[in-house]
Amino acid sequence: MTKLKPWISLGGIGVFAVLLLAVAPVVLSDHWLNNLGKYCCWAIAAVGIGLAWGRGGMLVMGQGVFFALGAYSMAMHLTLETAGDRVPGFMVLYDPLAPLPAFWEPFRSAGFTLVAIVLLPVVVAGILGYALFKRRVKGAYFAILTQALAVALATLISSTIRETGGDTGLSDFKYFFGFVLNDPANKVMVYAITAALLVGCLLAVRQLYRSRFGELLVAARDAEERVRFLGYDPANVKLVAFVVSALMASVGGAMFVPLVGIITPAEIGAAASILMIAGVAFGGRASLFGPALGAMAVGWGQSSLGSTWPEGWTYILGLLFVVVILFLPHGLSSLPARFAAMRRRPEPPPAPAIAAAELEEVRS
Amino acid sequence: MTGAPLVVTDLRVEFSGFVAVGGVSFDAHPGEVRFLIGPNGAGKTTCIDAITGLTRGTGSAKLGGTELLGKQVHKIVRLGVGRTFQTASVFDELTVLQNLDIAAGLRRSPVSLLRARRGVDPSIERALEETGLAGELATPAGILSHGQKQWLEIAMLLVQDAKVLLLDEPVAGMSHDERTATGELLQRIAPKRTVLVVEHDMDFMRRFATRVTVLHQGKVLSQGAVAEVQADPRVQEVYLGTAGAATTAAMSAVPEPVAAMQKLTED
Repeated sequence: MTKLKPWISLGGIGVFAVLLLAVAPVVLSDHWLNNLGKYCCWAIAAVGIGLAWGRGGMLVMGQGVFFALGAYSMAMHLTLETAGDRVPGFMVLYDPLAPLPAFWEPFRSAGFTLVAIVLLPVVVAGILGYALFKRRVKGAYFAILTQALAVALATLISSTIRETGGDTGLSDFKYFFGFVLNDPANKVMVYAITAALLVGCLLAVRQLYRSRFGELLVAARDAEERVRFLGYDPANVKLVAFVVSALMASVGGAMFVPLVGIITPAEIGAAASILMIAGVAFGGRASLFGPALGAMAVGWGQSSLGSTWPEGWTYILGLLFVVVILFLPHGLSSLPARFAAMRRRPEPPPAPAIAAAELEEVRS
Repeated sequence: MTGAPLVVTDLRVEFSGFVAVGGVSFDAHPGEVRFLIGPNGAGKTTCIDAITGLTRGTGSAKLGGTELLGKQVHKIVRLGVGRTFQTASVFDELTVLQNLDIAAGLRRSPVSLLRARRGVDPSIERALEETGLAGELATPAGILSHGQKQWLEIAMLLVQDAKVLLLDEPVAGMSHDERTATGELLQRIAPKRTVLVVEHDMDFMRRFATRVTVLHQGKVLSQGAVAEVQADPRVQEVYLGTAGAATTAAMSAVPEPVAAMQKLTED
C-alpha cells in the first residue's frame, strides 16, 4: 500500500474543494450544478462506504437505510414547512379527516430535524452494529443482512402510503429552512452546503485514515483474531467505522431531498444501495478519493447516458463493474500506482501475501 | 522479581466428547523460561488456547489471584497475558513500526486513537533494541524473514507489556543461529516476566529451558528440570515408543517431521 504524504492528500482535498465550491458554480449551468449536487450526496454516502468497506472490510450493502433516515427526516420537515399549519396534501388525499401521524409532529422543528439527521443513524447503526459485531457476524452474512434491511425499509415505506407517501414519495417542497427553494440563488446555496459537507467528510475520513484508529481498522480487517490478542475488541473498532459511515449516508440523504426535490423508496432500496457500492468499487474502495469520485462518475453516467440511452446504460455499468473487478480490484484510483510500478520495473510486482489469513482460517 | 505466577490447575478441554486436555496442572513463575513439550496431539497448544480464551476450558488458570478461564480474549490480554502463534501472524500490510504501535495502543485513550502517530514510543524503541529489529522500522512486516516475523511478534508482546508470554513454537523453521538468538532473547526478557514456550525442538529446549513439563495425550507425563525429565523412563517411552532403550541423544529424534527436518538442516 503506497502511503501518500500528508500534504499531498490535504492538497488534493484543497483542489477538490476549489473545483466544487469556486469553479463549478461559475462554469456549470443551473441544471448541471444541481446534478453535481446530487452526485455530491451519493459521494458523501460513498466516502462512508469507503471507510466501512474499504478500510473496515464490512460490505455495507444497505446504506440506503441510513440514506433514508436522513432523507425522510429532511423531507418530513420540508413537507411540513411547505404545508404550514395544515396537514400535508397527500395525506388529505387518503383520509381528509385524520390528524398528522404522531411521529411527524416533532419534525416541525428545524432543530429537531437537524439533530435527528445526525442522531437517528448513529443510534440505529450503533444498536445494529453492536448486535452484529459482538456476535461476530461478518462477510457475506453481514452483507446480506444489511441488504435485507434496505429492502425491508423500502417495502415498509411503500406500504404506508398515508404516513410516508408510499411509492410516490415526498415531493413539492417550497421552502428549505425558510429559504424559497425555487430561487436560483438559494439553489446554489443548497449546492454549496452539500459540496462543503462532502469536503468535510473527506477531511474527517482523511484524519481517520492517518490516525492510529485507521491503522487499527485495517488491522482488524486483515486479521481480526490477531487484533483481539493485542487486547482490543475488534467489534468496537468496526462499530465506530460503521456508525461513522451510517452518519455520512444520512447526511448525504438529507441534502439529496432539497437538491432533487423528491425522495421515494426507489432511492433507498436494494438497487440504490448496490449502486452506491458500485461507485465505491469503481473508484477504489480503500483510497481516499476513490469512493467519492467513483460515486460521482456513476451518478453522472446515470443522468447523462441513463437518460439518453437507458437500455444501454445498465449494460455499460455492468460491463464496467466486471472490468474493474477483474483487472483493477482496487479501483481506478490504483491506476497511478500501477503505472508507477510498471515504469520502475517492466514486470508487475508480485502481489503481497494476504495478511495473517492463516489464523482466520484456523478459527473458521 | 516482579509479577505474579501463572498457575494452571486441573485444566480440561473437550471437543465434542474428545478430551484434548484432561486435567493438566502446572505453574510458571516470573524469571523462568518454562517449556511445554510433548508429541503431536499431546494438547500443548490447546492448553495455551484455553489459557488465552481462544477455546473453552474447565478447571482453573490463575494469574496471581485472577481467574483467566471464562474471560474474553481481549480482557485476558489486558490482564497481561500475551501469546504468539505457530504461524507468525503479524499485519503484513503494516510496517514494523505500525505493528508495534498497534500493540502499544491497548492502554491508550480512545481520543488519542484519533490522532496520527508522532515519533516513536519509548517502549517501542526498547522492544526494537531488545529484538534486534531497530533497522527494520519502516519495513512492511509482510516482507520480513520468517525469523524476523517471530521476533516482531515477541517485540509486540514486549511493547504490550505482557506479564506472561505464551510462545507457540517460536523457533520452528528457524536456522540454528536464529534459534540461538531467540533463546538468548527469551533468557534476556525472562527475569521480569513469565515465559512459557511450547516447542518440539529438543535441542532448543535443552539449551534454554529452566523447567519442563511433558504432556502426553492430554495429561502431564513428567515435570521438572531438564535433566530430570530426560532421565524419566516414561518420557523416553513416549518419545521412542520402546521402553528403556532411550538415550538422551536419541531424544532429539522426535518422531515429528518438523524436528527431523530441523535436525537435518542443522547438521
